[in-house]
Parts: sequence; structure tokens; C-alpha cells
Amino acid sequence: MTAYLPSLFGGMLIGLSALLLLALNGRVAGVSGIVGRLAQGVNVAVNAGFVAGLLSGPVLYHMFAGGWPAVTVTTPLPLIAIAGLLVGFGTRMGSGCTSGHGVVGLARLSPRAFAAVASFLLAGVLAVTILRGFGL
Amino acid sequence: MTRPILQMLAALVSSAIFGLGLALSGMLDPARVQGFLDVTGAWDPSLAFVLGGAVTVMFLGLRLIGRLKRPAFDVRFHLPENRAIDRRLVLGSALFGIGWGIGGFCPGPAVAVLSLGLVEPLVFVFFMLAGMILHDRLFVRRPRGEGNLPA
Repeated sequence: MTAYLPSLFGGMLIGLSALLLLALNGRVAGVSGIVGRLAQGVNVAVNAGFVAGLLSGPVLYHMFAGGWPAVTVTTPLPLIAIAGLLVGFGTRMGSGCTSGHGVVGLARLSPRAFAAVASFLLAGVLAVTILRGFGL
Repeated sequence: MTRPILQMLAALVSSAIFGLGLALSGMLDPARVQGFLDVTGAWDPSLAFVLGGAVTVMFLGLRLIGRLKRPAFDVRFHLPENRAIDRRLVLGSALFGIGWGIGGFCPGPAVAVLSLGLVEPLVFVFFMLAGMILHDRLFVRRPRGEGNLPA
């Protein structure tokens, strides 16, 4: 049960953060969109502020919780590159990722978000099942 | 303070909470993300609580925000109006999901863990940006170009 509580609290913080961004700036907390706009040079100061805050997350965790968050990567580097390419291309084509569609979109009861989340969850399950089949 | 500075501070504070939430939740760990997606194997359902917690707080908070005429630091809300489920949405999300499963990173966690200085997130984010640019080169019409050919 202990693994569920930090996940629940962490999730609630993410919800609170998305709520703040909407109430203050009127913006959807969608990381792929924000990073994409920053890369295009759109609204640089605000989007860079968002990325800087994200980067501070593991450091804040270190200050509050002691150790560093676990980051265990078992996927070989060439596959990480392919994964990055697919995530960048796919989030652009699908107009969002886990945060924009998953958190904000679902909470807004957007039909597009439900379709997107169903699609990326199914595809993710399929990808991991195939990886496991190759012993990865 | 002027509005752009307030907006930047708001983005900084809210995303710091976002990043802390990600770190606490376990979403920064690709092995756990893959464990969550491994429903046919040794399934670890704990990360469902991340989405559940986030959506619940956001859903309840929206009931309060819904009464606001405009956000604190902008003249209007910037929310997507499109409600049509089209092929690009479903196919794009599926491609994203495949990449998410292979690498165990989605955009938020991948960017947040850059501050830990590991090689894999750096490579991931580099190629993620490349994927975004590639998509736009192929599918987004340039504002000023020769003709209107998508490619």
C-alpha cells in the first residue's frame, strides 16, 4: 500500500499545479505543447519559466524527502532515441500528451482527451508487451 | 509588477509543484512506468493513482474556476475548442504511446529529470524535439512559403 500513497499525493500535486496554471495564466498545463512552443520561440519567457520549474522538481523532492527520485532506465540507448522521436512526433500530431490530454483534458471531460488517453494507453501497453517479448 | 513577469512567475511556481508531484509520484522512473503498462506481465498498478489523484483535484478545482470570468494574469482563458475526434488525434496519440512504452518517459518527466544529469533523458529529449520539428516540417504549412504544399 505504501507505494500508492506517494503516487496519489504526487498526482494531487500535479492536479493542483495544473489548476494554478489555469486560474493564473488561463493556460493548459500540457508539457508537450509548452516545450514545443518554447522550441519554436513562442512566448519564451513564460514557457521557459515553466520548464525551469519542472527542472526544479527533482531538487525540491531532494529538499523535502531526502534522497533523489529513482530513475531506472533499462531500455538501450538507440531505443531511447527512437522512443523520443515517436513521443515528439506523436504528441505534436495528437496535440498533447499525458498532462494536457491526461490531466487537464480528462478533468474537462473533453471527448478528444478520452480518445487520446485510450489510444496512448493501449499503444503503451502494446509496446511494453512487445518489448517484454524480446526480453527487454 | 507587469503582466509578463507575473505570468512567468505563475508558470514557474505551478510547474515547480508539477515537478515535485512527478518526483513524488514515481512517474520519473521509466522502469515503474513500464511496469504500469505491463498489464500482461508483472503489472504495477500504483501509477494509476497519479492520474486518478491529478484528475480528481483538477476536476473539483474546475468547478471553482468555472465561476471566474478570466484568469488572474490574462484577459481570457486559452482552452482548446476543438471537440472532433479525428485520425490525427488517435494516430498521433498511438505513436506517442508506443514511444512512451519503449522509453518509459513522457514529456513532463523526461524534461524534469534533465536536472539529474543522466544521459538517457538528454538523448530522449533531444530526439523528442527532433520528432516535433520533423512533424511540423511534414505537416504544418509555413506562413510564408512557395504555394501551399504541406511537404
